[in-house]
Amino acid sequence: MAENGERLRRTMMFVPGNNPAMVKDAGIYGADSIMFDLEDAVSMAEKDAARDLVYEALQTQDYGDAELVVRINGDDTPYYHNDIKAMVKAGIDVIRLPKTETADMVKTLEKDVLAAEKEFGRKEGSTHLMAAIESAKGVLNAPAIAAASDRMIGIALSAEDYTTDMKTHRYPDGAELQFARNMVLHAARAAGIAAFDTVFTNMDDTEGFYRETRYIHQLGFDGKSLVNPRQIAMVNKVYEPTEKEVENAKNVINAIEEARIKGSGVISMNGQMVDRPVVLRAQRVMMLAKASHLVDEEGNYIEK
Amino acid sequence: MKNSVGRELPDDLMKQLNYEGFKSTEIGEPEVQRVAPKVHVSTGDDKLVDSIEDVVKKTVKDGMTISFHHHFRNGDFVFNEVMRVIIDQGIKNLTLAPSSLTGVMNDIVIEAIKKGTITNITSSGMRGSLGDFVSHGGLKNPVIFRSHGNRARAIEHGDIKIDVAFLGVPNADKLGNANGMQGDAVFGSLGYALMDAQYADNVVLLTDNIMPYPNTPASIKQTQVDYVVKVDKVGDPDKIGSGATRFTKDPKELKIASMVNDVIVHSPYFKDGFSFQTGSGGAALAVTRYLRQAMIDNQIKASFALGGITKPTTDLLEEGLVRRVMDVQDFDKGAADSMHTNPNQQEIDASWYADPDNKGAMVDQLDVVILSALEIDTDFNVNVMTGSDGVIRGAVGGHQDAATAKLTIISAPLVRGRIATVVPKVTTNVTPGDSVDVLVTEYGIAINPKRKDLQKAFANLPGVPVYTIEELQQMAEKKVGKPKPLEFTDRTVALVEYRDGSIIDAINEVKD
Repeated sequence: MAENGERLRRTMMFVPGNNPAMVKDAGIYGADSIMFDLEDAVSMAEKDAARDLVYEALQTQDYGDAELVVRINGDDTPYYHNDIKAMVKAGIDVIRLPKTETADMVKTLEKDVLAAEKEFGRKEGSTHLMAAIESAKGVLNAPAIAAASDRMIGIALSAEDYTTDMKTHRYPDGAELQFARNMVLHAARAAGIAAFDTVFTNMDDTEGFYRETRYIHQLGFDGKSLVNPRQIAMVNKVYEPTEKEVENAKNVINAIEEARIKGSGVISMNGQMVDRPVVLRAQRVMMLAKASHLVDEEGNYIEK
Repeated sequence: MKNSVGRELPDDLMKQLNYEGFKSTEIGEPEVQRVAPKVHVSTGDDKLVDSIEDVVKKTVKDGMTISFHHHFRNGDFVFNEVMRVIIDQGIKNLTLAPSSLTGVMNDIVIEAIKKGTITNITSSGMRGSLGDFVSHGGLKNPVIFRSHGNRARAIEHGDIKIDVAFLGVPNADKLGNANGMQGDAVFGSLGYALMDAQYADNVVLLTDNIMPYPNTPASIKQTQVDYVVKVDKVGDPDKIGSGATRFTKDPKELKIASMVNDVIVHSPYFKDGFSFQTGSGGAALAVTRYLRQAMIDNQIKASFALGGITKPTTDLLEEGLVRRVMDVQDFDKGAADSMHTNPNQQEIDASWYADPDNKGAMVDQLDVVILSALEIDTDFNVNVMTGSDGVIRGAVGGHQDAATAKLTIISAPLVRGRIATVVPKVTTNVTPGDSVDVLVTEYGIAINPKRKDLQKAFANLPGVPVYTIEELQQMAEKKVGKPKPLEFTDRTVALVEYRDGSIIDAINEVKD
């Protein structure tokens, strides 16, 4: 299951936990992360059924390399504890806490998850956490929330609740989200975890979806939460590196390899020293290029 | 006895009906003798009648074979009107030999069977209550299922000897010159009905639209027609086909379609002048859309598109990406209208389309075909006839015929709901695995091990994982479990012919 460390999280696909067909098929679309929802997508009457369904699916279905996330119900609901127990027992990669407003909420969740790991004999610390930021208070506390636990792998902005809290709504240009996006992103980066942008719900507005995705890609988000599998290819397209970026990254990687063979601590390329940020960026570009099928096994750019 | 694909066939019936078991998909180069119809000589001045009763009285006798076409699909009024009269006149022991049976015909066929009016059926398929009725032993004699190409072959050979063909048309003149393109209930190509018009001893046209003589273009000609009956309405235009073809938004169908497209584009057949058949249905339409883009990107044009035609295909014709559309039936109004306006959309009959005993059929020239499946097994055999409950609910259609294409792609989800599509052994073998090359599912593809060239061509396609078909079958089983085996009685309720007229499988009565 999950390993900490750099992995691609371009796409986090929401899957209603009460829909057997969608739960069964969730693995076929190539999402980097699959988020089974036990919270808002599931009506009160179906909470237990959805939890059972997701639990069984996690035991029996093959979701390949995708990171598996579950959005549990909040600790102000009667479902919270059962959700944690069932999902920890099922071996979920990541538990996502909704409507997170304080670091304490994450710390409480961490305690509850640890108890569940002990109860079901799971390796302690193997269940990762992430938090959804959905209010003004959450945004202002984002740095503390992001750093609240070693188990945290990311934070996500959830714009529907947030804009309501801010007494506005969503606009095509996204100006109302500027502060929250930057806050969440900075909190994530400062804590060394991933940042996920909010969903885009109008499936008929392809142009708007591309515009928003290009924008959050430019800001530096790891990726985007998605409500429809058809959006996955579009996000991946935006995150696809250019041929020039790939060639450049490959040169950097080669320089690293050369330095390693020579036993040299200093990496140089064309006579210039290569800084650590350049190395990190090159590694990320190569990872994206591989995921986008732009390079072959040896990292050579595939001509189209 | 067992045939070459290991299906157990009923010895007594095989002997009684003078059948041989399926041996091979190879047709070879035999010499065959075709038959010719009787001609009731006339100058043609007294063909027009306005009473179905009179025509039936004049033409239909006990024990005869009667036929219909299914171009009106679920908008058909003609079948019910004619069968009503036949039943009410107390005629018995008829063989019903339509090109296929659609849902709107079910009730009256069941009534006709119960009253002894119909005692034998040959068809491309049947669905719903009629399939259920037959699968539960409602008809004493076995139904014979034939593909569209095989029906043409059987008519030409005299295996099906049609005494009276009742053919509904949206227009005709008083002598019987008719086409499928003008009028209220238009369906475009008359492809399947053209066989009946050519070979039946009596040809009766039914139309709600008598045109001034001579009516052109004439797909059915006055030289073939005995009677023209004026009726109120031949069909309901809204139920003949989907009005506007809508592209699927189902992400799973789109995923499969895009993988099918990847397979086509990376096959050795995707080059200028290639030919294809896609059929109808959500995924097939989406393939046409992807294929259009791939043809533009690679500057490739197709020589022809074949088979059942939809608007997305005629759009390719308009755009100049396809040079000819060879049209045996139209699935929507857009395609039907296009046949009227575009001279490059050629109406073809079922023999030209797919009859194996021919001086070359269109399917013999076909490069790529995309077909569906209810089940496909680990030998690549395909079932499009019986459901997971063993009950008849499908049609051979052009499946066996088009599967002879150079690249036959079966596009199907790995599982449907809780039912596996990829299975260890198909319930009914309709199309032998020898003629199937690639299976495309939402999880990845499987290539027939006989196609080493394709194994190589598709080995490293990004986003197209290659599995063995056994692996896909195991994957499906892991998802939905292993079903309890179906139970059948010893009684055969239907025989499925291969396109050469041999028997590929038998369908038995289900045990409840």
